[in-house]
Amino acid sequence: MTTIAAHPADHHDHADHDHKPGFFARWFMSTNHKDIGTLYLIFAIFAGIIGGAISGMMRLELAAPGIQYLTGWASMMAGKEASLDEAYHMWNVLITAHGLIMVFFMVMPAIIGGFGNWFVPLMIGAPDMAFPRMNNISFWLTVVAFIMLLGSTFVPGGTGLGAGTGWTVYAPLSTSGSVGPAVDMAIFSLHLAGAASILGAVNFITTIFNMRAPGMTIHKMPLFVWSVLVTAFLLLLALPVLAAAITMLLVDRNFGGAFFDAAAGGDPILYQHLFWFFGHPEVYIMILPGFGIVSQIVATFSRKPVFGYLGMAYAMVAIGVVGFVVWAHHMFTIGMSVEMKMYFTAATMVIAVPTGIKIFSWIATMWGGSLSFKVPMVWALGFIFMFTVGGVTGVVLANGGVDDNLHDTYYVVAHFHYVLSLGAVFSLFAGFYYWFGKMSGRHLNEFLGHLHFWVFFIGVNVLFFPMHFLGNQGMPRRYPDYAEAYAHWNEVASIGYAIMGVGVLIFFVNVIWSLLAGRKAEGNYWGEGATTLEWTLSSPPPFHQFETLPVIK
Amino acid sequence: MTALAATQKSNVKTALMAGAIAIGMVGMGFAAVPLYRIFCQVTGFGGTTMRVSEAQAATVQAVGKTVVVRFDANQRGLPWEFKPERPTDTVSIGARDMSVFIAKNLSDQPVTGTATFNVTPAQAGKYFNKIQCFCFTEQTLKAGEQIRMPVLYYVDPKIMTDPDTKDIEEITLSYTFYPVDQPGQGG
Repeated sequence: MTTIAAHPADHHDHADHDHKPGFFARWFMSTNHKDIGTLYLIFAIFAGIIGGAISGMMRLELAAPGIQYLTGWASMMAGKEASLDEAYHMWNVLITAHGLIMVFFMVMPAIIGGFGNWFVPLMIGAPDMAFPRMNNISFWLTVVAFIMLLGSTFVPGGTGLGAGTGWTVYAPLSTSGSVGPAVDMAIFSLHLAGAASILGAVNFITTIFNMRAPGMTIHKMPLFVWSVLVTAFLLLLALPVLAAAITMLLVDRNFGGAFFDAAAGGDPILYQHLFWFFGHPEVYIMILPGFGIVSQIVATFSRKPVFGYLGMAYAMVAIGVVGFVVWAHHMFTIGMSVEMKMYFTAATMVIAVPTGIKIFSWIATMWGGSLSFKVPMVWALGFIFMFTVGGVTGVVLANGGVDDNLHDTYYVVAHFHYVLSLGAVFSLFAGFYYWFGKMSGRHLNEFLGHLHFWVFFIGVNVLFFPMHFLGNQGMPRRYPDYAEAYAHWNEVASIGYAIMGVGVLIFFVNVIWSLLAGRKAEGNYWGEGATTLEWTLSSPPPFHQFETLPVIK
Repeated sequence: MTALAATQKSNVKTALMAGAIAIGMVGMGFAAVPLYRIFCQVTGFGGTTMRVSEAQAATVQAVGKTVVVRFDANQRGLPWEFKPERPTDTVSIGARDMSVFIAKNLSDQPVTGTATFNVTPAQAGKYFNKIQCFCFTEQTLKAGEQIRMPVLYYVDPKIMTDPDTKDIEEITLSYTFYPVDQPGQGG
């Protein structure tokens, strides 16, 4: 695509070239984009373990009909014998925590904070992010937000301990339905995480607009950089609306406001509109950087530039733009008119067009390429396959009439786990296997990587595919119990969780083994297919890279 | 160094612009509250009833078809008893009807309340026209006082041609009274 000259001339090898600060200053007061990226990745893995463990608790309870474990867990949390209502509340707390943690503290920190921080400056030939200190603030705000959310589970939230509102925090459940400080803490946690992401978005936009190396024009930027740029704009436009909406919730809860209180002239439906005006772009925020990662990987392992570069870039822009005018497809059942349903159905389906362009272009990139099925590539292929399945069920759900039937059933759960848990997460693993050597200087084990892929791939499909059946049969989401008729596929799904869990264990074994005894990674270990600027540097890159800016011809 | 300073200057400029967008979106978020209310009032969205003048109402003719209007009365945070005089009325579409709601202050001091209102199904809102309603103004009831409050309304005949609403046979009109000066109570 572009020829890169690293320009080694005039390189003053001054003594502090690779000088790193001491441990505390380096990791706790970090202003280095690579170190902050590493911190984000470690944080996201940690949060992912907690969010994943919570889903394990849910699958354990759902493995058979009836309430098996929930009352015990609720009693353990409360330190006294818990009532059935408190146990049910505990369930709400679990689904809320799982959703919020996975969205705000796993996927976003990993894909934007982690890979974005690490590779956007490297790929555009910048020495660092535009505002390194602001970068540091973003990270630590996220940590505080996470602690805040975890803390909320230990204080009263209405029927029991913790915030049991669902990740959507719908009023009136989140206002008059949940007295006690837990929901306030959860809302405040969202405020902090949102502020952190907005600061991060400002930083990315500035970096990408102003700090590209000479010759790195907007239309020469790698697609991962494009994806982060579009994502940053989505964050900038969507998160403030969430901040406004949840601030109104706080006012309703604590200061006698009535924004969403129907009995005092407010409207709870307004909250849903505000939430989903943020919420729908939010799902693209989680998946777009994944698109970018997959584009880099597919091109690398096909040894071809990506097919239809401009189309790929502007497809992401189109997804981002159209993503702002489809929000009400999340709320088809509020009693909207047929015309509105028609609009939101049609607008939603329009998104399938740019998404189809992307899927087509990935396949066209591979077509006639010199393919090598290294670990990152199989994860990327898994992503394309799984994301397409999730996209197809998305088109089904986009129909207002069909959604009347499937709204809030397990079909929806299956759909968004296919695009997120199998889409976004697969792209995260793909990126991790692609760049781990670059970040750590050590190779991951290829065999364990493939094993991880296959076990995880089988696990998540056994876990989530049956949920389509359950949803079609009418099993509602967000309940800890269900009718006998749903028992079989729930049991299968829980077995799938266990298989997936084994896959995750293989991943951790691989990471730990590689960090301790992995083969040293050379600068460009993927060979001629890897053409972006990070591969012109050593692995790991020097603490301060590009002191002399590279020139892109 | 000057190149670096220039970059930093343009960085700050870009960041300020991005920050302004973010702050602007917070403002848009809050602006959504009044805008949404106006949108509902203008379009009848979400079951918001329409307000018409006597002159507009005089132009409408009654047609043969009838519709059942059900009345629902609630209060929230008020020491009042509040109920409709009759639970339902069967009215001709286009014809004027008067319905009476009765409110009684059960406490020993004067209380001021105001009512919020809505119709179900929500699509019927734009065809439910109120000529006169107690809900447009605040109501003050002295200790133990009981008042009869009329609502003068008609159902617009256009309801029979709209594909969303032509099959509607029953409309529920609901009122909820709430105190005007809400003491600082959290939800």
